[in-house]
Amino acid sequence: MTVFQRFARRPQLWIGAFVTALLFALALLSLVWTPLPPSKMQIMHRLKPPFDVGLLGNDPYGRDVASMLMVGAWNSLSTAVMAVALGGLIGTAIGLCAAQRRGLVEAALMRFCDVVFAVPPILSAMMLGAVLGAGRFTAIIAIATFMVPVFARVVLASALQIWARDFIMAARSIGKRPFGITMVHVLPNVAGQIIVQATIQLGLAILTEAGLSFLGLGMAPPAPTWGRMLAESQTYLSQAPWLAILPGLAIAFAVFGLNMLGDGLRDLIDPRHRDG
Amino acid sequence: MIAVMARRVGGLLVTLLAVSFLIFAVMDMLPGDPAAVMLGTSASPDTLAALRHDMGLDRPFPVRYLGWLGGALTGDLGTSYTYGVPVAGLIAERLKITVPLALLAVGLSVLMAVPLGVTAAARRNGPMDFIIGLFSHVSIAVPGFWVGLLLILFFATTLRVMPAGGFPGWEAGVFPALTALIMPAFALALPQAGVLSRVTRTAVLDVLGEDYIRTARAKGLTAREALWRHAMPNALIPVVTMIGLQFTFLIAGAVLVENVFNLPGLGRLALQALTQRDIIVMQDVVLFFCALVIVMNFMVDIAYLLIDPRLRREAGP
Repeated sequence: MTVFQRFARRPQLWIGAFVTALLFALALLSLVWTPLPPSKMQIMHRLKPPFDVGLLGNDPYGRDVASMLMVGAWNSLSTAVMAVALGGLIGTAIGLCAAQRRGLVEAALMRFCDVVFAVPPILSAMMLGAVLGAGRFTAIIAIATFMVPVFARVVLASALQIWARDFIMAARSIGKRPFGITMVHVLPNVAGQIIVQATIQLGLAILTEAGLSFLGLGMAPPAPTWGRMLAESQTYLSQAPWLAILPGLAIAFAVFGLNMLGDGLRDLIDPRHRDG
Repeated sequence: MIAVMARRVGGLLVTLLAVSFLIFAVMDMLPGDPAAVMLGTSASPDTLAALRHDMGLDRPFPVRYLGWLGGALTGDLGTSYTYGVPVAGLIAERLKITVPLALLAVGLSVLMAVPLGVTAAARRNGPMDFIIGLFSHVSIAVPGFWVGLLLILFFATTLRVMPAGGFPGWEAGVFPALTALIMPAFALALPQAGVLSRVTRTAVLDVLGEDYIRTARAKGLTAREALWRHAMPNALIPVVTMIGLQFTFLIAGAVLVENVFNLPGLGRLALQALTQRDIIVMQDVVLFFCALVIVMNFMVDIAYLLIDPRLRREAGP
């Protein structure tokens, strides 16, 4: 199969993979190189438009927007990845446990998930922000908390299907312990679902993180985040519209790429969704 | 049927109770003393103790929780530390903005999403389907509050045809008030419309494959008649469900969009309460929002029970 044919069969997967890879590459690059230090203020370059001094213009303090966006990509992605990892880990554990134990344990765990799911992440971040103080840690906890029920439900639904299969029966009849069956037979079979869900939730986590930073509930300044760049742009909307346009484009680009990748992966793993 | 309903209502009450406890417990861990905040640093220990007693802060945790819960059930949400007025009144005042905003947003998103979704399904795999699919992908990825910023940038600061934010109040007349709400509502509606148009497309495609559509066509209905008269009512069920399930995101979006447009709604109240450390207001607003989400999900559940008789016998998932 030629490269083109592969692409034509799954355009979503490849576009998503490309955008996501580009994003991660830029974020990682920002750790070792940015055009300028992102917090370097050059007052004489204050509010310079794109292509004048810096590639993507300068902010009210003369900081280079391109550099800030790159570091923002790292800050945003790393927060989102940590939140999804934490939420995914706990949610998966809850889902697997509920599927293995059934009965009262399942009912109690799922009721707990209903309760957690009822609190929108922005609100839990506000509450946690009031208790722990605003910051990256609070943002991660708030986003992860919201992800727990999502993963728990997806994993429970898939795991229950696996538990009903014949090879589980076989494993039980030779005396394997339930926990062993969960780890050896159930988890690998639901791993695909978890990866798909993690990709899609990563996009949602980036959106939520941006919203939290916009409200001042994200990483503390001067660390640049896409959300706070948007919040700060409001004052200069008529003078410097690029400050409001570029960070939003970055967010949309990142989420778009991750959603495409998630959809593409789902098609790849679960044939029911093909042509859907 | 009645037994299943009773179980669902019981579940609803348990969830509401658990959420209220969770909120109270988290807010109770808050460092700082509201009485000390109110009086400032110069207050004498006696005055502080007296105020703490008046506010009930010296009572044990379970008593305070039950007191708050009992008050919430009877409509007494306590008194705001900073505004010095009953929180219930504050919330009611702010709801006059947040509720119309949310309704307008849901209405706009349905107006956009349903025609798009139906068109995409009717022209499946054609160029229109592709364009609509792209629209929905992009609109899901775009943060609503950024759309709000762009709308302000374009219509308010550049064209100067719309207000950049703020709310004139309903006393100023329905038209100015709606004008102030239409851009925020659109910003809220766009990401919702992306999700809804996808759900509509899938739902219509599912229904179009059913036997009764073939029967309708065999009776002599045109494809268009079969689509609108028989397919649409059934396809709307998952769409309505999705609107209910998206409610959490609508609320989260409202908090952000209200801040972009300077609308004094419930979301802004929550954020102001956070910055002013007005714990009782935060606690009440968060409880109110969460109760809305829970009741909304409950109603979706019940609607399902009413629509689909198969769910009534089993307890359901």
